[in-house]
Amino acid sequence: MKNFFATPLKDEDFKKRNFCYEAWIGNCFYAWDCGKAIGRYLEGLKEGKILGVKCSKCERIMVPPRIFCEWCFVLVEDFVELKDTGRINTFSISYITWDMKRLEKPQIPAVIEIDGASPGYGILHLVSEVDPKEVKVGMRVKAVWKDEKEREGKITDIKYFKPY
Amino acid sequence: MGRRVAIVGAGMTKFVRRAKETGKELAYYAAKAALDSCGAKLKDIDGVVIGSAPDTFDGVHMKGEYLSCGAGAFGKPYLRCYVGGGTGVFSVAVGWYYIASGIFDTCLVVCEEKMSSYQPHPQGAFLTIFDHTTERPLGPNLLWIFALEMHRYMQTYGIKKEEIALVAVKNKKNALDHPAAQIAQEITVQDVLNSEVLCYPVQRLDVSPVSDGACAIVMTNEYLARRFTDKPVWVSGVGWCLDTAYWTNRDLCYPRYVEEAARMAYKMAGIRNPRREIDVVEPYDPFDYKELHHLEGLLLCDRGEAPQLLVDGKTQRDGELPVCPSGGLLGVGNPIAAAGLMKVIEIFWQLRGEAGKRQIAKKAKRGLAQAWGDLMQVGTVVILEI
Repeated sequence: MKNFFATPLKDEDFKKRNFCYEAWIGNCFYAWDCGKAIGRYLEGLKEGKILGVKCSKCERIMVPPRIFCEWCFVLVEDFVELKDTGRINTFSISYITWDMKRLEKPQIPAVIEIDGASPGYGILHLVSEVDPKEVKVGMRVKAVWKDEKEREGKITDIKYFKPY
Repeated sequence: MGRRVAIVGAGMTKFVRRAKETGKELAYYAAKAALDSCGAKLKDIDGVVIGSAPDTFDGVHMKGEYLSCGAGAFGKPYLRCYVGGGTGVFSVAVGWYYIASGIFDTCLVVCEEKMSSYQPHPQGAFLTIFDHTTERPLGPNLLWIFALEMHRYMQTYGIKKEEIALVAVKNKKNALDHPAAQIAQEITVQDVLNSEVLCYPVQRLDVSPVSDGACAIVMTNEYLARRFTDKPVWVSGVGWCLDTAYWTNRDLCYPRYVEEAARMAYKMAGIRNPRREIDVVEPYDPFDYKELHHLEGLLLCDRGEAPQLLVDGKTQRDGELPVCPSGGLLGVGNPIAAAGLMKVIEIFWQLRGEAGKRQIAKKAKRGLAQAWGDLMQVGTVVILEI
């Protein structure tokens, strides 16, 4: 093959409207039903608890909860209260927003393995109250909850996790 | 396993940050180039497969239908397939079963992506992959999952950033010889380490760019292949596999789903020892560490050992196992679905000895292309041979 087509345009061409284009801002607004398992999980968060589920067949304790075990493919109905502590499985230090703007204060997203769940079962959350340089894989962390009155049954009822 | 399936022609556009052409036009250029490369006409084509990633990029609902005329699907049986980043290689598996099943004698596979339309940055289109209730309220950006996976991989096997950066150096350099490349350049490990930290450990030069582009191939069966070309390239194995979407419940240090996909393809191709039997490989490299991660998933080296292959120079074009001789996504560019098909096309050209300056030193009989996608979840593999 010899001829490779496509006409590259520069950012500048785009900004100065050196060529014609049409733009549109979509108006998308969604409200998602929480579902049975996550609904219960969110109710738990409102009460200051992290809930998991236990499969009656393989006995895995999973978090976030689900109404089925994807391994055994059976219904899962056994909710178990887990601890609000855990261990950092992996983390990042994020200096940007989704549209590539710099953050003044970096965020520390992490997968946190929750105590009481099967080994390796974690959730995505943020770590704070710590110097980013001090964060380590394997570090013990504990949930920092919103005040009871402010909780509304959302994942953000846990403000973040902090080392303890 | 049904009829033998061959790839007989291939074509692609340049990969660019922003193309003046619409998705339809890009699809046309690629499809036409593929047909022309093997002297085929649209009337010779029985069915069309289109691979394209989220509609959100384009702001066009049912993008496959929108693209169809440009992709040569007018008045023909057409199917759009989509498994995120894995699409480009998966589309070849779909084309394969069209032909292997005997339902069609010929098929055109077209993959197109135009990411540039999404404002202000296409990363926004990816935000909806996070769980809407348990993850999105935390304000994630797409790089988080890569950074978390990369860090887990580094931590588990004690891999250094310096070693991973060598992938970016190699691939961007390889791409200097690719006429369609978007960000080919000569860089050093130090450049990668000094580049802007986006989401530690991910830095600017660890990441492939945002791209527009399209690729296409012509597939047919063993009875017709030589009507189109003297050098058909055979699809001897295809494989794909999905892991759980509960990604925080998996160990991110190893892509088990890639291994499953590879095992399916190796079995079909009758390959018992892939390390001896695969001559050239194009693993998916949207981030530099992914190339290493995938080489391990493909069983081409032991877990945690891929960096050593790289350090020893074995994955260079003149090495024992050339890896991403095209320049990969890091060098040629990453128009999602088209990038995966670009990898298949590179193996096609390498096996036919048509890769020009990119031609690998050893004589290659069998090659593998692999892609990956969704929520770090899908592995797709195609094995080609002459």
